[in-house]
Amino acid sequence: MANFYKDNADLKFQFSNSLMERIVELKEDGYKDYGKYDYAPKDLKDALDSYDKVMEIIGEIAGDIIAANAEQVDIDGPVCKDGRVTYAAGTQKNQEALINAGVYGIALPRKYDGLNFSMVPYVMAAELVSRADAGYGNIWGLQDCAETIYEFASEEIKNEFLPRINKGASCSMDLTEPDAGSDLQAVALKATYDQEKGSWFLNGVKRFITNGDADIKLVLARSEEDTSDARGLSYFVYDKNWGGVTVRRIENKLGIHGSPTCELVFRNAPAKLVGERRLGLIRYVMSLMNGARLGVGAQSVGISEAAYREALKYANEREQFKKKIIEFPAVYEMLGVMKAKLQASRATLYETARCVDVYKALNALVTPDRKLTPDERKEAKLYSKYADMLTPILKMTASEFCNQNAYDAIQIHGGSGYMKEYPVERLYRDARITTIYEGTSQLQTVAAIRYVTNGSYLEMIKGFEAQELKVSEEVEAAYPGATEKLQAAKAKLVALTAQYEEAVGMVVDKEEEYIDFQARKLCEMAAFIIESYLLLLDSQKSALFVDSTEIFTNKTESWNTERYHYIKNSNPQVLLSTFKNVKKDLEIIYKD
Amino acid sequence: MSKEFTIVVLAKQVPDTRNVGKDAMTPEGTVNRAALPAIFNPEDMNALEQALRIKDKYPASKVYILTMGPFRAAEVIREGLYRGTDGGILLTDRRFAGADTLATSYAISQACRKLKPHIIVAGRQAIDGDTAQVGPQVAEKLGWPQITYAEEIQEITEDKITVLRRLERGIEVVTSTLPCLVTVHATAAPCRPRNAKNVMKYKYARTANEEKDPANEGKYLISTEEKPYLQITEWTVDDVGGDENSYGFAGSPTKVKKVQNIVFKAKESKVFTSSEADIDELIGELLANHEIG
Repeated sequence: MANFYKDNADLKFQFSNSLMERIVELKEDGYKDYGKYDYAPKDLKDALDSYDKVMEIIGEIAGDIIAANAEQVDIDGPVCKDGRVTYAAGTQKNQEALINAGVYGIALPRKYDGLNFSMVPYVMAAELVSRADAGYGNIWGLQDCAETIYEFASEEIKNEFLPRINKGASCSMDLTEPDAGSDLQAVALKATYDQEKGSWFLNGVKRFITNGDADIKLVLARSEEDTSDARGLSYFVYDKNWGGVTVRRIENKLGIHGSPTCELVFRNAPAKLVGERRLGLIRYVMSLMNGARLGVGAQSVGISEAAYREALKYANEREQFKKKIIEFPAVYEMLGVMKAKLQASRATLYETARCVDVYKALNALVTPDRKLTPDERKEAKLYSKYADMLTPILKMTASEFCNQNAYDAIQIHGGSGYMKEYPVERLYRDARITTIYEGTSQLQTVAAIRYVTNGSYLEMIKGFEAQELKVSEEVEAAYPGATEKLQAAKAKLVALTAQYEEAVGMVVDKEEEYIDFQARKLCEMAAFIIESYLLLLDSQKSALFVDSTEIFTNKTESWNTERYHYIKNSNPQVLLSTFKNVKKDLEIIYKD
Repeated sequence: MSKEFTIVVLAKQVPDTRNVGKDAMTPEGTVNRAALPAIFNPEDMNALEQALRIKDKYPASKVYILTMGPFRAAEVIREGLYRGTDGGILLTDRRFAGADTLATSYAISQACRKLKPHIIVAGRQAIDGDTAQVGPQVAEKLGWPQITYAEEIQEITEDKITVLRRLERGIEVVTSTLPCLVTVHATAAPCRPRNAKNVMKYKYARTANEEKDPANEGKYLISTEEKPYLQITEWTVDDVGGDENSYGFAGSPTKVKKVQNIVFKAKESKVFTSSEADIDELIGELLANHEIG
């Protein structure tokens, strides 16, 4: 009898964030659905109470059903036969439970049978599900595709596809091909319009498609003949009932076994165009991709939580030298750092979700008779920018932290952790993909570096710095001395900001290749400071985060100082040629 | 042809005896209800699932939860609404209090006479008393056939029900005429989760007494005038009628003589048939062991 929502006070805390009022107000748009739908809220209090109650349902399903099935799903995995995929038995049960609970389509408007929830509870559900089984988290998370349909497709397509999501129709987004991975501009799957039949048809191959045998697919395809770049790509929706797509095989992966990764063959598969031609990659996939990255952030936090709990439990149960191993500084130090990384990732996850919420909810208000006011437009632009800034650092750091936590969780288990008997080895395998898919950490750096060089991250940090530190009475009562700790953390962050500025100054005016060379380090420096500040903000309202703020700020100091010295000691001319030396080793490797 | 069935699920709010701590019993030997969270009796959940499956198949059917207890037991009815029932009735009255299984089944059978269901489903037994008596006694009082230890209601027609029973040495498939009472075993399918839309719709559902409770002040954001389906029905002795002396303490011949801890020592089970001779032997044995007296 586990409830992954109720056993974690950090989650409910998210609903008390001051931005939630604005988000719910925008999502509910004057509570106009009340009276029209019997499950629509009457006011803010009612809406937040509904978030809480629905999270309880998902927390219970995650704790009692999905987590209980995870081990067997990892062993069984899905099966591919005659071009179709069958989920593992446990996955089917997970799916059935969430469909019966009516929580699919959680973020869709009510007129499409959705719950009209904001991103914060949506992302939280992804975290809960991923803590139970990260592989299943993908199947849950792919309902993101419905968001894309909702935002960009015609009313006809929306009415045809969206109401099916709540009933449990599964989704996939078919982007990658054998020769188009990180570089999606190279997509070659062909879309041709048949005038006679009045329909588009898809032909070609897709690879590494998560949940590839889904009921509803979004497919990136080349609709414009004689093109070879992004401008020739359009986005299509495909219904499994139309036929024409078969699964050639499913991949044999290191982890996330519950999630079928498929190679697909399209043979004259009928499809409908989403939005406008040529905007497939440029607009729609980019939008979907940001949502998917937020999803991987949630998945990473879920895995981090699971790893931290397994490690904590084991450290408390295992005795060596007549003592519980948790009593040894070498062990509890690791646990403290794990928790700090977990809570910093979570703070970033929900801050990003809130920013996405504000601008998306504002944009959703727009109709032919309702334009945004100048103030609203400004607000939407601001939060859209924050979301774009935070998404890559969330994806990069949360996924790296979850790998570190899974690694440390095994370390705390010692030899037992290396054995299949304990869940940590599965967590370790499941964690590994998070830094890779939906854009590798290296590609997140490509997305983030512009905010380093144009000063946006610095501006965001300075904004945090300008806010007066106000520790609430409840925090002081629950954690005497919190104020001093948080003041010290803030002083440290001010100094680290100066250090970051200096490091940026050493790189920003150099040649592009050198900036790319140092980009990861600079982005991480900014990310760690921002994440420390987010923890600091939460710590002023809840004692839950005070210790992690102190630990994470201290770690930021050491991580950033290392990066600072590395950059300071780098000589652009010598460095680039030094690293190019690795190419010489190729001559040895390919000698024969 | 569409069939419509009225199904009553007997459910009980019980202390969660599955996670018993040191403070589970009072020094007087009674259950310390404050230390144990109140939950939906687990096998009643299995029963609810069987009822909801009939409704899945025949959507025009109605499923109601019937429960007896203090007004906080309305929680059981809400849990049903969250999972897809059409409503529920709480039997609550001081005159019902102190009931043993006999008085309880009398009250429930009286309520069922009023509700006139085609089928009554109940959990095999409740985890607080473990008697497994209330279901069968209700059937007896109504003069209905009963099928106990059900694992699955396999088929239902206008006048017949087919049920798979889980027995000690295997399974048995039996058919009965309707109306019929079925008690459901823990090996039956687990109950479906709460449904998000139902939770949001019914989270403010309450009985009149809950609404009057000062502890619930400000809790119900939506009035029952505005949404009448938020009103959960309460019935008293006056609503169900019958013989006053058959309710509550007055109607309860059971007297608790002593409470003691027991450790199961017997390794083998012994089978008694329903023959007079076997029943005499069983009673004789229990008397000799001071199990009853």
